[in-house]
Amino acid sequence: MSGTEQHRHGLEGPYAAPGGSSLVVRRETASQTAGPYVHIGLAPQQAGFDIFENDFGNVLVSPETRGERIRIEGRVFDGIGTVLKDVLIEIWQANGEGRYAHPADRQAGKSLDPHFRGWGRACTDFESGLYFFDTIKPGAVEGRNGRTMAPHINAWIVARGINIGLNTRIYFSDEAAANAKDPVINLIEWESRRKTLVAERTDRKSEGGAAVYRFDIRLQGEDETVFFDV
Amino acid sequence: MGRDPQPDAEFMMRDTTSHPPAYTPQYKTSVLRSPRLALISLQHSLSEVTAPVFRAEELGPKDNDLILNYAKDGLPVGERIVVHGYVHDQLGRPVRNALVEVWQCNASGRYRHKKDQYIGALDPNFGGCGRMLTDENGYYAYRTIKPGPYPWRNRVNDWRPAHIHYAISGDGWVQRLITQMYFEGDPLIRSCPILGVAPSEEQIRGLIALQDISAFVQLDSRAYRFDIVLRGHRATLFENRVQGGSDTTAAKGGAQ
Repeated sequence: MSGTEQHRHGLEGPYAAPGGSSLVVRRETASQTAGPYVHIGLAPQQAGFDIFENDFGNVLVSPETRGERIRIEGRVFDGIGTVLKDVLIEIWQANGEGRYAHPADRQAGKSLDPHFRGWGRACTDFESGLYFFDTIKPGAVEGRNGRTMAPHINAWIVARGINIGLNTRIYFSDEAAANAKDPVINLIEWESRRKTLVAERTDRKSEGGAAVYRFDIRLQGEDETVFFDV
Repeated sequence: MGRDPQPDAEFMMRDTTSHPPAYTPQYKTSVLRSPRLALISLQHSLSEVTAPVFRAEELGPKDNDLILNYAKDGLPVGERIVVHGYVHDQLGRPVRNALVEVWQCNASGRYRHKKDQYIGALDPNFGGCGRMLTDENGYYAYRTIKPGPYPWRNRVNDWRPAHIHYAISGDGWVQRLITQMYFEGDPLIRSCPILGVAPSEEQIRGLIALQDISAFVQLDSRAYRFDIVLRGHRATLFENRVQGGSDTTAAKGGAQ
């Protein structure tokens, strides 16, 4: 059947084990671009029609959600500075205490928030190119080897012309001390590139009163955003 | 495979040779939308091994029936098909409760999208999107109309083979995958610049659904089988896990 091609690891030819390797690891299905009409499947209202009773969207909070309300907004630019209006961004984040709503997160002393999943998706606007998320500021999460990661939001970017989704992280400008110790930021040996991961807290408020952070994404060229191979 | 993965187990490093590179000039739009700098490689933390959990009650009863989920005053026009298959990880384990979202054009090759200007007619009874969760075995199924091929602006006579877009969300954020499914026997497959960016014949074959006579609905619909492989968990023997413990491994951490 399709998608089950088996990719054998191990030695081949005269050095192979008798009978061949029994270690079988399949290849991941190949990524393909989201294309220009990604909205139909993932944000049908932006495509121009109503079909599902429950749409997944860019508002991660309900009135009961615990934590500081924030809005993250920005635009996405191509390699010559054009504002892209056909991009879809998904985010995944911990709650206000720094815990992910997932069974693998067993950090001690942090509770789940039944009113916060921590996941959302937004599209850049067809006119302005702006995207935004209404969410809460996440707490710090324990990183590898007990090192604390600064508060951050994981982002995944897809669009026409992007062959495989791009992963990045959104950190916060008002967390400079935590950012300076963050184990992921510190992996980036080009210090001048680290700022591409930091959302700038503005003086503006959203219509709901949330502090607005600005996070622009540059796919290519000057100040190219740091993307991660995860 | 024997051992069950630990719930917080990391995923295997992504094999980049399974995917197209970012910069593929034959697909022109990629030229200005591809990062030029090397990606920064991360070992996994909780941020990478966790992912949103979806509940069945978030989806509607017709969400996986594209023949009926936008029908207004009749049935959509075109070939009725069932598409089904399994979502597994690289070690062959089922990925349960994965969110599978699909979208496509109608039988005329026209998308229900305000930016699609193609002359092919809209079908008043066809929306073109659906979604479902995989079951305990990683199985999914939906019913739809076979999409048509259509021309697009890349070179002046480039045509997309019939295809259905997929977005899959698994157990971990790093398993997130977006791709396209094609149909066995479509003569446009050979010349498609978008499918052509896939890195090998083996990987292209993995994107082509096979006609599955065993699943035909008699006197009603043909069927296609399309299986998906997501990233697999790796064993973390003699290592610190993504949470807890102190740094006891003397790894050579520096770049070479």
